[in-house]
Amino acid sequence: MSAQPATTGSTGAGSAGNTVTGDPLRPGNPAKTVAAVPERRRSNRFRSRVLTPYLMLAPGILLFAVFMAAPIFYTLYLSFQRIEVSGLGLGSGARKQVFAGFDNYAAALSDPEFGASVGRVLTYGVILIPSMLGLALLFALLLDSRRSRATTFTRVSIFLPYAVPAVISSLLWGFLYLPSVSPFYYVTERLGFDMPQILSSGLIMFGIANIALWGGVGFNMIVIYTSLKAVPNDIYEAARLDGASEMQIALRIKIPIVMPSLIMTGLFSIVATLQVFAEPTTLRPLTNTLSTSWTPLMKVYRDAFTRDDIYSAAASSIVIAAATLLISFVFLRVVQKRAFGQED
Amino acid sequence: MAAPSTLTPSLRPRRDSVHGHEKASPVATVLLLLGALYCLLPVLWVVMASTKNGSELFSTFTFAPSTHLLTNITELSSYRDGLFWRWMANTALYAGAGAIASTFVSALSGYVLAKFAFPGKGAVFNILLMGVLVPGVILAIPQYFLMAQLGLTNTYWAVFLPQIISPYGIYLARIYAAAAVPTDVIEAARTDGSSEMGIFTRIAMPMMLPGLVTIFLFQFVAIWNNFMLPYIMLGDDKLFPITVGLNGLLNQGASAPALYTLVVTGALLSVLPLILMFLLLQRFWRVDLAAGAVKA
Repeated sequence: MSAQPATTGSTGAGSAGNTVTGDPLRPGNPAKTVAAVPERRRSNRFRSRVLTPYLMLAPGILLFAVFMAAPIFYTLYLSFQRIEVSGLGLGSGARKQVFAGFDNYAAALSDPEFGASVGRVLTYGVILIPSMLGLALLFALLLDSRRSRATTFTRVSIFLPYAVPAVISSLLWGFLYLPSVSPFYYVTERLGFDMPQILSSGLIMFGIANIALWGGVGFNMIVIYTSLKAVPNDIYEAARLDGASEMQIALRIKIPIVMPSLIMTGLFSIVATLQVFAEPTTLRPLTNTLSTSWTPLMKVYRDAFTRDDIYSAAASSIVIAAATLLISFVFLRVVQKRAFGQED
Repeated sequence: MAAPSTLTPSLRPRRDSVHGHEKASPVATVLLLLGALYCLLPVLWVVMASTKNGSELFSTFTFAPSTHLLTNITELSSYRDGLFWRWMANTALYAGAGAIASTFVSALSGYVLAKFAFPGKGAVFNILLMGVLVPGVILAIPQYFLMAQLGLTNTYWAVFLPQIISPYGIYLARIYAAAAVPTDVIEAARTDGSSEMGIFTRIAMPMMLPGLVTIFLFQFVAIWNNFMLPYIMLGDDKLFPITVGLNGLLNQGASAPALYTLVVTGALLSVLPLILMFLLLQRFWRVDLAAGAVKA
């Protein structure tokens, strides 16, 4: 009865951009067909068309509403509140939650600590994302090349760190950075030269970026490699017949083909980068260069739980979320214009 | 190979048969091997380091193995009456049961979005899709206050419930359902008088199974990887997952370096099951990431 056009879901090969910029799937327009059927069947149709799908969607919608939508709106609400203390602040009525306007936002944005943590995360992202995606692309192209060997072993090995949670990879690398335990320092010391202290304030940024790179390069490689695998072989055969070298095929055919995957992995990497929390939190016991507000989220955590200032933590959260969305959209705009600009 | 390739020509293995006919490139192979070495190094290190006792860890070349692995494991197991194994069991519960629940909800929602036409469908899907972009960690603190209102902080529920909803899982499930469940089959089952839930559980879910394994794996890794949520929600260390537990142990190690051996051994024991699972389910990662990436 509710025949659905079979095209649903086939959003076209690798069009990752669509998933964000707009729904490629158009809802059917049941209104017309419903009007044509008699009254009693219409109520039956209403049941099956509207009620059943909504009943089946209920668990998903309910969980989404309670654990995603409600927290977002609650944070928004809190970010516009503050505590007003009257008198000496004693007694139950002395502390009152009142509307604060944009005070919390003004405070968060003008807080030098917050600015510094945002600056660190941006630097971190600039180091991490291009090197991670560049290496992922390189490895994917190498895996796909007909001239590489040992591809199964290397593919599995490079993907393996994805199985290691950020806390544990930070812990492993943390020990590898610790001069008294690390084999690197042991070897370089015996060889008679000084290896720079990665846990020092100058290099810790690279140390943390390396941990995220280690954990993320394999996953991104697999995503890109998979979209390379999806290309029919004929295209390459045709290019070879025309005398294209493997390098030319990689640059002129393969990279443009994986562009949508690169955009998708780039977007996910940006979102993940701005939320960095587990790596620096785990490394803190091993070094004294990481403050409790080293990244924006660490500062939010500290404000909310150590300082009990949930209102300014809420405002900072909203600022981070808004900045994430803004950067994501700008990124998609710029990249899609570059990548697909000539298509029209 | 011929039959499925008509359905999904893109998934047919195309070059493996050609391998070996082309001249090998040492540069390409060496670059890949270097990448593999970089990725295996910390894992090899933790294997070696966990065989050392406290003083060896700080004094000898840590890539040289020693003989104390069993002592270390015994010591770790007896740390506060086997707290470590309790963390492992908690992790299995959060990630395992959580991922199963999440996969079921994602499959159901994705199936409905792919196979039913109803008013508001586009809006529902678009709102869910926006959830993919919401930085999950942003939610952890308001989720804490919400759980506090419900009196559920510092319970298993506080970590289990918020991670069942997965907008990305629903998105993937919709793609799999659209591709794998023919509308005719649903129509036929309806004509036979099957209930809608019956059609979903008995007909659609088995057809979507390979895709559901991928959603399960994604969600399993996501929950196992999520550090901030349990870190915020839980105060009682008997409820900790392994990540929060080891993080706490490392924190104490800063003042009592003897604990470092326990941390290193714990890190090894905790990644082993997941690495094993990865190697065993390798096929699913490859094939189904392919399915997702081709259509996504």
